[in-house]
Amino acid sequence: MNGFTYLANVATLQLDRETCIGCGMCVEVCPHQVFALERRKAEVRSLDNCMECGACAVNCPVSALTVDAGVGCASGLINEWLASINVRKTGSGCC
Amino acid sequence: MSYLVPPGLYAIGMPGAEAPVVVTANYKMSYDIVRSELAGRSVWLLVLETFGINVWCAAGKGTFGTDEVVRRVQATGLDSVVSHRQLLLPILGAPGVAAHAVAKRTGFRVRYATIRAQDLPAFLDNGMVATPAMRQLTFTVAERLILTPIELVSSVKWAVPFTVALVLLTGLSGLGFSLTTLLPVIVACVGTVLAGAVVAPVLLPWLPGKSFAVKGAEVGFAWAAILTWWRSEGLAWHDTMILFLAVPAVSAFLSLNFTGSTPFTSRSGVKKEMRLSLPVMAAALVVALIVWCAGRVF
Ligand code: SF4
Ligand code: SF4
Repeated sequence: MNGFTYLANVATLQLDRETCIGCGMCVEVCPHQVFALERRKAEVRSLDNCMECGACAVNCPVSALTVDAGVGCASGLINEWLASINVRKTGSGCC
Repeated sequence: MSYLVPPGLYAIGMPGAEAPVVVTANYKMSYDIVRSELAGRSVWLLVLETFGINVWCAAGKGTFGTDEVVRRVQATGLDSVVSHRQLLLPILGAPGVAAHAVAKRTGFRVRYATIRAQDLPAFLDNGMVATPAMRQLTFTVAERLILTPIELVSSVKWAVPFTVALVLLTGLSGLGFSLTTLLPVIVACVGTVLAGAVVAPVLLPWLPGKSFAVKGAEVGFAWAAILTWWRSEGLAWHDTMILFLAVPAVSAFLSLNFTGSTPFTSRSGVKKEMRLSLPVMAAALVVALIVWCAGRVF
């Protein structure tokens, strides 16, 4: 995104090109233009632009994409961690 | 003022069976923007129950999601209202909605239209094809400013009790409860919250570094410097030290929290930042506390 980049080399996005059927859905939903279609298969073009929103993985009809999507703010992650060690019942969202 | 719009099917203009169906959240602001952008056209507006939360945040929570789309399509009897089988969704709603699942369960095909509601008219005029610009995420000052109340409201929960406690402590520690002694404490606390939750988000692209915690700390340092300069007379050395330790730490945490509202920070990135910055923030606060205690004793 113009003028905004976040930490490099951390995104957990993974594409299984074998499974991909080249439907182009990931290209349509990704707000950061991470994908491009190349020879009727999706291709990851700019991994560092991925914000791990999960839109591509949710909308891929053949589950060729995985990404550790979810709460992306400090207090949300702390709540999730508290929930995982049973201090709190549920991890709450960010916004 | 209510921020909720009852979910359901709304008509803009005089839509017929052929008119497009635009899906949005029942957050008052999203609803109003979509309505005013589409004014003068004939469009169906399907409002989902997202409990007054905007599309992007609701998609993350899953309330702007597959199940709710299916439920609302069925509850409104949409298939007998329109003759086509197409829903237009905002792109930022995609993390919550599986297009293929909606198609399977309702027969309606989900099309992700644009990111901003402002581009909807152009999208419709363009034969429902999104141009690259319509898919390009932006994060302008205005867009950032709209999100800051979310941070402010959630920080009020702990910031107000904390400020009250600090005011009581200051009052009880021999200074008495007068406006001159208490006002600086209140100004410092309120300012710190504003520094991390409003100023840092607004200045985001201009603050050096990529780390949100660092950006927040920078604004915090600036605020501590302003406070020190303003109070240069009556400030003991240990108070100055506390300001420079605690204010950037709190401001850094608030900025780090703003990552939850930004449309470009990744969860893994925030995790990494937290691993590195939380110990530093905690250490700064502990040292500040020790200095504070020491300052009261000696
Ligand atoms: S959505 Fe899935 S199947 Fe379709 S192009 Fe992307 S990776 Fe391939
Ligand atoms: S997770 Fe979101 S930002 Fe990352 S590639 Fe998928 S759609 Fe794009």
